[in-house]
Amino acid sequence: MQVSEDVFSKVQTALIDALGVDDDEVTPDATMVGDLGAESIDFLDIVFKLEKSFGIKVATEDLFPKDILTESTYVQDGKVTATGIAELKKRMPWADLSKFEKNPRVQDFGDLLTVSDLCRYVESKIA
Amino acid sequence: MRWFWIDRFIEFVRDTRATTIKNVSFGEEPIDDYLPGHPHYPHSLIIEGMAQTGGLLVSEAGGFLTKTVLAKVSKAVFHELIVPGDQVLLSAVVQDKKPTGAIVEGKVTVNGQVRAELELSFAFLDDRFGATGLFPPEDLLRTLRILKLFDVAVDQNGNRIQAPEHMLEAERQAAKGFVLSRAVALSMPKGL
Repeated sequence: MQVSEDVFSKVQTALIDALGVDDDEVTPDATMVGDLGAESIDFLDIVFKLEKSFGIKVATEDLFPKDILTESTYVQDGKVTATGIAELKKRMPWADLSKFEKNPRVQDFGDLLTVSDLCRYVESKIA
Repeated sequence: MRWFWIDRFIEFVRDTRATTIKNVSFGEEPIDDYLPGHPHYPHSLIIEGMAQTGGLLVSEAGGFLTKTVLAKVSKAVFHELIVPGDQVLLSAVVQDKKPTGAIVEGKVTVNGQVRAELELSFAFLDDRFGATGLFPPEDLLRTLRILKLFDVAVDQNGNRIQAPEHMLEAERQAAKGFVLSRAVALSMPKGL
Protein backbone atom coordinates (compact mmCIF):
# COMPACT_ATOMS: atom_id res chain seq x y z
CA MET A 1 0.00 0.00 0.00
CA GLN A 2 1.54 3.30 -1.10
CA VAL A 3 1.66 6.38 1.04
CA SER A 4 1.69 9.93 -0.25
CA GLU A 5 5.03 11.68 -0.63
CA ASP A 6 3.84 14.63 1.41
CA VAL A 7 2.90 12.44 4.37
CA PHE A 8 6.12 10.44 4.11
CA SER A 9 8.19 13.62 3.97
CA LYS A 10 6.56 15.06 7.11
CA VAL A 11 6.81 11.76 9.00
CA GLN A 12 10.45 11.51 7.95
CA THR A 13 11.15 15.02 9.27
CA ALA A 14 9.44 14.18 12.57
CA LEU A 15 11.53 11.02 12.96
CA ILE A 16 14.78 12.77 12.04
CA ASP A 17 14.06 15.48 14.65
CA ALA A 18 12.88 13.09 17.35
CA LEU A 19 15.44 10.33 16.91
CA GLY A 20 18.46 12.19 15.57
CA VAL A 21 18.73 9.80 12.61
CA ASP A 22 19.78 10.64 9.06
CA ASP A 23 17.19 11.02 6.32
CA ASP A 24 18.53 8.02 4.39
CA GLU A 25 17.91 5.82 7.43
CA VAL A 26 14.21 6.68 7.48
CA THR A 27 13.10 4.32 4.72
CA PRO A 28 9.53 3.04 4.37
CA ASP A 29 10.50 -0.44 5.60
CA ALA A 30 12.60 0.70 8.56
CA THR A 31 11.22 -0.42 11.90
CA MET A 32 10.87 2.26 14.51
CA VAL A 33 12.56 0.40 17.34
CA GLY A 34 14.94 -2.06 15.69
CA ASP A 35 16.19 0.04 12.79
CA LEU A 36 15.74 3.60 14.01
CA GLY A 37 16.48 2.95 17.69
CA ALA A 38 13.32 4.53 19.09
CA GLU A 39 12.89 4.07 22.83
CA SER A 40 9.64 4.35 24.73
CA ILE A 41 10.15 8.03 25.63
CA ASP A 42 10.84 8.83 21.96
CA PHE A 43 7.28 7.91 21.09
CA LEU A 44 6.04 10.81 23.22
CA ASP A 45 8.24 13.10 21.15
CA ILE A 46 7.26 11.46 17.83
CA VAL A 47 3.55 11.68 18.65
CA PHE A 48 3.94 15.35 19.64
CA LYS A 49 5.71 16.17 16.38
CA LEU A 50 3.14 14.28 14.27
CA GLU A 51 0.26 16.00 16.05
CA LYS A 52 1.86 19.39 15.45
CA SER A 53 2.80 18.68 11.85
CA PHE A 54 -0.52 17.17 10.73
CA GLY A 55 -2.94 18.82 13.16
CA ILE A 56 -4.17 15.45 14.41
CA LYS A 57 -4.64 13.84 17.82
CA VAL A 58 -2.84 10.57 18.39
CA ALA A 59 -3.98 8.26 21.17
CA THR A 60 -1.27 6.04 22.62
CA GLU A 61 -3.70 3.10 22.51
CA ASP A 62 -3.88 3.47 18.72
CA LEU A 63 -0.21 2.59 18.38
CA PHE A 64 0.10 0.28 21.40
CA PRO A 65 -3.12 -1.58 22.17
CA LYS A 66 -1.96 -2.55 25.64
CA ASP A 67 -5.07 -4.56 26.48
CA ILE A 68 -4.58 -6.91 23.54
CA LEU A 69 -1.01 -7.51 24.58
CA THR A 70 -1.76 -8.19 28.23
CA GLU A 71 -5.25 -9.64 28.71
CA SER A 72 -5.60 -13.40 28.90
CA THR A 73 -8.39 -13.28 26.31
CA TYR A 74 -5.84 -12.25 23.74
CA VAL A 75 -2.58 -13.69 25.05
CA GLN A 76 -1.60 -17.26 25.85
CA ASP A 77 1.89 -18.54 26.61
CA GLY A 78 3.41 -15.22 25.65
CA LYS A 79 1.80 -15.22 22.21
CA VAL A 80 -1.13 -13.27 20.84
CA THR A 81 -4.01 -15.65 20.11
CA ALA A 82 -5.99 -15.82 16.86
CA THR A 83 -8.68 -13.73 18.57
CA GLY A 84 -6.01 -11.21 19.53
CA ILE A 85 -4.65 -11.06 15.99
CA ALA A 86 -8.15 -10.50 14.64
CA GLU A 87 -8.64 -7.67 17.15
CA LEU A 88 -5.28 -6.16 16.22
CA LYS A 89 -6.22 -6.19 12.54
CA LYS A 90 -9.51 -4.53 13.36
CA ARG A 91 -7.91 -1.78 15.43
CA MET A 92 -4.76 -1.34 13.37
CA PRO A 93 -5.86 -1.74 9.74
CA TRP A 94 -2.99 0.52 8.72
CA ALA A 95 -0.32 -1.82 10.13
CA ASP A 96 1.26 -4.66 8.20
CA LEU A 97 0.83 -7.58 10.60
CA SER A 98 1.78 -10.34 8.14
CA LYS A 99 5.25 -10.89 9.62
CA PHE A 100 4.06 -10.69 13.22
CA GLU A 101 1.24 -13.15 12.52
CA LYS A 102 3.71 -15.92 11.72
CA ASN A 103 5.15 -15.90 15.22
CA PRO A 104 3.08 -13.48 17.31
CA ARG A 105 5.26 -13.26 20.40
CA VAL A 106 4.13 -10.36 22.59
CA GLN A 107 7.75 -9.34 23.18
CA ASP A 108 8.19 -8.77 19.43
CA PHE A 109 5.23 -6.43 19.11
CA GLY A 110 7.31 -3.42 20.15
CA ASP A 111 9.41 -3.76 17.01
CA LEU A 112 6.48 -4.23 14.69
CA LEU A 113 5.80 -0.70 13.52
CA THR A 114 7.54 0.49 10.38
CA VAL A 115 7.79 3.98 8.93
CA SER A 116 5.19 2.96 6.32
CA ASP A 117 2.82 1.82 9.06
CA LEU A 118 3.17 5.18 10.76
CA CYS A 119 2.51 6.99 7.47
CA ARG A 120 -0.63 4.93 6.82
CA TYR A 121 -1.79 5.60 10.39
CA VAL A 122 -1.38 9.35 9.82
CA GLU A 123 -3.24 9.10 6.51
CA SER A 124 -6.11 7.31 8.27
CA LYS A 125 -6.30 10.19 10.75
CA ILE A 126 -6.25 12.99 8.19
CA ALA A 127 -8.59 11.24 5.76
CA MET B 1 26.16 21.21 48.21
CA ARG B 2 22.46 21.20 47.32
CA TRP B 3 21.40 20.16 43.88
CA PHE B 4 19.17 23.17 43.19
CA TRP B 5 19.88 25.10 40.01
CA ILE B 6 17.07 27.57 40.35
CA ASP B 7 16.69 30.15 43.10
CA ARG B 8 13.11 31.32 42.86
CA PHE B 9 9.92 31.13 40.81
CA ILE B 10 8.69 34.45 39.47
CA GLU B 11 5.87 33.06 37.30
CA PHE B 12 3.89 29.83 37.38
CA VAL B 13 0.70 29.07 35.49
CA ARG B 14 -0.58 25.51 35.96
CA ASP B 15 0.37 23.17 33.14
CA THR B 16 1.14 26.19 30.95
CA ARG B 17 4.34 28.09 31.74
CA ALA B 18 6.79 28.92 34.50
CA THR B 19 9.78 31.20 34.89
CA THR B 20 12.53 30.92 37.45
CA ILE B 21 15.53 33.02 38.38
CA LYS B 22 19.03 31.70 38.84
CA ASN B 23 21.67 34.08 40.17
CA VAL B 24 25.08 32.85 39.11
CA SER B 25 27.79 33.33 41.72
CA PHE B 26 31.53 32.88 41.52
CA GLY B 27 31.24 31.25 44.92
CA GLU B 28 29.59 28.17 43.47
CA GLU B 29 32.04 25.29 43.03
CA PRO B 30 31.01 24.14 39.54
CA ILE B 31 31.32 27.64 38.11
CA ASP B 32 35.07 27.81 38.59
CA ASP B 33 35.92 24.10 38.63
CA TYR B 34 34.27 23.24 35.33
CA LEU B 35 36.93 25.01 33.25
CA PRO B 36 39.53 26.46 35.64
CA GLY B 37 40.50 30.01 34.74
CA HIS B 38 37.35 30.52 32.67
CA PRO B 39 34.51 30.59 35.17
CA HIS B 40 31.14 30.10 33.57
CA TYR B 41 27.88 28.36 34.25
CA PRO B 42 28.14 24.84 32.74
CA HIS B 43 25.64 23.99 30.02
CA SER B 44 24.67 20.77 31.80
CA LEU B 45 23.55 22.80 34.82
CA ILE B 46 21.52 25.13 32.61
CA ILE B 47 19.71 22.02 31.40
CA GLU B 48 19.28 20.83 34.99
CA GLY B 49 17.82 24.20 36.00
CA MET B 50 15.34 24.04 33.15
CA ALA B 51 14.54 20.44 34.08
CA GLN B 52 13.77 21.55 37.64
CA THR B 53 11.63 24.43 36.38
CA GLY B 54 9.77 22.33 33.81
CA GLY B 55 9.56 19.22 35.97
CA LEU B 56 7.81 21.09 38.78
CA LEU B 57 5.59 22.81 36.21
CA VAL B 58 4.28 19.55 34.75
CA SER B 59 3.91 17.72 38.07
CA GLU B 60 2.08 20.41 40.08
CA ALA B 61 -1.36 19.64 38.65
CA GLY B 62 -1.07 16.14 40.09
CA GLY B 63 -0.29 17.50 43.53
CA PHE B 64 3.41 16.74 42.96
CA LEU B 65 2.58 13.05 43.36
CA THR B 66 3.59 12.21 39.81
CA LYS B 67 7.02 10.62 39.64
CA THR B 68 8.43 13.00 37.06
CA VAL B 69 11.88 12.43 35.60
CA LEU B 70 13.81 14.10 32.81
CA ALA B 71 13.81 11.48 30.07
CA LYS B 72 15.24 13.22 27.05
CA VAL B 73 16.95 16.42 25.97
CA SER B 74 15.55 16.77 22.46
CA LYS B 75 17.17 20.12 21.78
CA ALA B 76 19.90 22.13 23.47
CA VAL B 77 21.35 25.13 21.67
CA PHE B 78 23.69 27.46 23.55
CA HIS B 79 24.36 30.90 22.10
CA GLU B 80 26.65 32.55 24.64
CA LEU B 81 28.29 31.70 27.95
CA ILE B 82 26.67 32.63 31.23
CA VAL B 83 29.19 34.03 33.71
CA PRO B 84 29.35 34.99 37.41
CA GLY B 85 27.13 37.98 38.15
CA ASP B 86 24.56 37.09 35.52
CA GLN B 87 20.94 36.78 36.55
CA VAL B 88 19.45 34.01 34.44
CA LEU B 89 15.78 33.67 33.61
CA LEU B 90 14.65 30.15 32.78
CA SER B 91 11.28 30.14 31.03
CA ALA B 92 9.52 26.83 30.46
CA VAL B 93 6.41 26.44 28.30
CA VAL B 94 4.44 23.19 28.18
CA GLN B 95 4.12 22.00 24.59
CA ASP B 96 2.33 18.75 25.25
CA LYS B 97 1.22 16.69 28.23
CA LYS B 98 -0.08 13.14 28.20
CA PRO B 99 -0.60 10.51 30.93
CA THR B 100 2.84 9.09 30.17
CA GLY B 101 4.86 12.29 30.00
CA ALA B 102 5.25 15.88 28.86
CA ILE B 103 7.29 18.02 26.52
CA VAL B 104 8.55 21.43 27.59
CA GLU B 105 10.18 24.14 25.53
CA GLY B 106 12.68 26.24 27.41
CA LYS B 107 14.29 29.59 26.79
CA VAL B 108 17.18 30.89 28.86
CA THR B 109 17.85 34.63 28.88
CA VAL B 110 20.15 37.13 30.55
CA ASN B 111 19.13 40.79 30.37
CA GLY B 112 16.64 39.90 27.64
CA GLN B 113 19.26 38.18 25.48
CA VAL B 114 18.64 34.54 24.61
CA ARG B 115 21.55 32.42 25.85
CA ALA B 116 20.08 28.96 25.33
CA GLU B 117 17.09 27.20 23.77
CA LEU B 118 15.99 23.80 25.01
CA GLU B 119 13.37 21.15 24.48
CA LEU B 120 12.97 18.57 27.22
CA SER B 121 10.84 15.45 27.53
CA PHE B 122 9.68 14.28 30.93
CA ALA B 123 8.42 10.80 31.72
CA PHE B 124 5.82 10.09 34.39
CA LEU B 125 6.89 6.84 36.01
CA ASP B 126 4.20 4.34 36.91
CA ASP B 127 3.89 2.18 40.03
CA ARG B 128 6.55 -0.22 38.78
CA PHE B 129 8.98 2.41 40.03
CA GLY B 130 7.48 2.48 43.52
CA ALA B 131 4.11 3.39 44.93
CA THR B 132 5.26 6.59 46.62
CA GLY B 133 6.63 9.84 45.23
CA LEU B 134 10.30 10.45 44.55
CA PHE B 135 10.70 12.84 47.50
CA PRO B 136 9.26 12.95 51.02
CA PRO B 137 6.31 15.37 50.63
CA GLU B 138 7.26 17.47 53.67
CA ASP B 139 10.78 17.99 52.27
CA LEU B 140 9.48 18.88 48.82
CA LEU B 141 6.99 21.30 50.37
CA ARG B 142 9.78 23.08 52.23
CA THR B 143 11.77 23.36 49.01
CA LEU B 144 8.77 24.71 47.09
CA ARG B 145 8.25 27.35 49.75
CA ILE B 146 11.93 28.36 49.61
CA LEU B 147 11.58 28.64 45.83
CA LYS B 148 8.54 30.92 46.41
CA LEU B 149 6.43 28.77 44.11
CA PHE B 150 3.20 29.29 46.05
CA ASP B 151 3.84 33.05 46.12
CA VAL B 152 3.29 33.28 42.37
CA ALA B 153 1.52 30.08 41.28
CA VAL B 154 -1.91 30.39 39.69
CA ASP B 155 -4.16 28.04 37.74
CA GLN B 156 -5.28 28.71 34.17
CA ASN B 157 -8.06 30.99 35.49
CA GLY B 158 -5.69 33.09 37.54
CA ASN B 159 -6.71 31.60 40.90
CA ARG B 160 -3.92 31.22 43.44
CA ILE B 161 -2.58 27.71 43.92
CA GLN B 162 -2.12 26.55 47.50
CA ALA B 163 0.12 23.78 48.78
CA PRO B 164 -1.61 20.39 48.35
CA GLU B 165 -3.33 19.06 51.46
CA HIS B 166 -1.38 15.79 51.42
CA MET B 167 1.87 17.77 51.69
CA LEU B 168 0.56 19.91 54.52
CA GLU B 169 -0.57 16.78 56.35
CA ALA B 170 2.85 15.16 55.84
CA GLU B 171 4.41 18.33 57.24
CA ARG B 172 2.14 18.22 60.31
CA GLN B 173 2.99 14.57 60.92
CA ALA B 174 6.71 15.25 60.50
CA ALA B 175 6.47 18.16 62.97
CA LYS B 176 4.65 15.96 65.51
CA GLY B 177 7.33 13.29 65.10
CA PHE B 178 10.05 15.87 65.63
CA VAL B 179 8.42 17.28 68.78
CA LEU B 180 7.94 13.76 70.13
CA SER B 181 11.54 12.79 69.47
CA ARG B 182 12.77 16.00 71.20
CA ALA B 183 10.52 15.33 74.18
CA VAL B 184 11.86 11.79 74.48
CA ALA B 185 15.43 13.04 74.17
CA LEU B 186 14.90 15.71 76.85
CA SER B 187 13.24 13.24 79.23
CA MET B 188 16.22 10.88 79.11
CA PRO B 189 18.70 11.02 81.98
CA LYS B 190 21.96 12.65 81.01
CA GLY B 191 24.58 10.24 79.79
CA LEU B 192 22.13 7.92 78.02
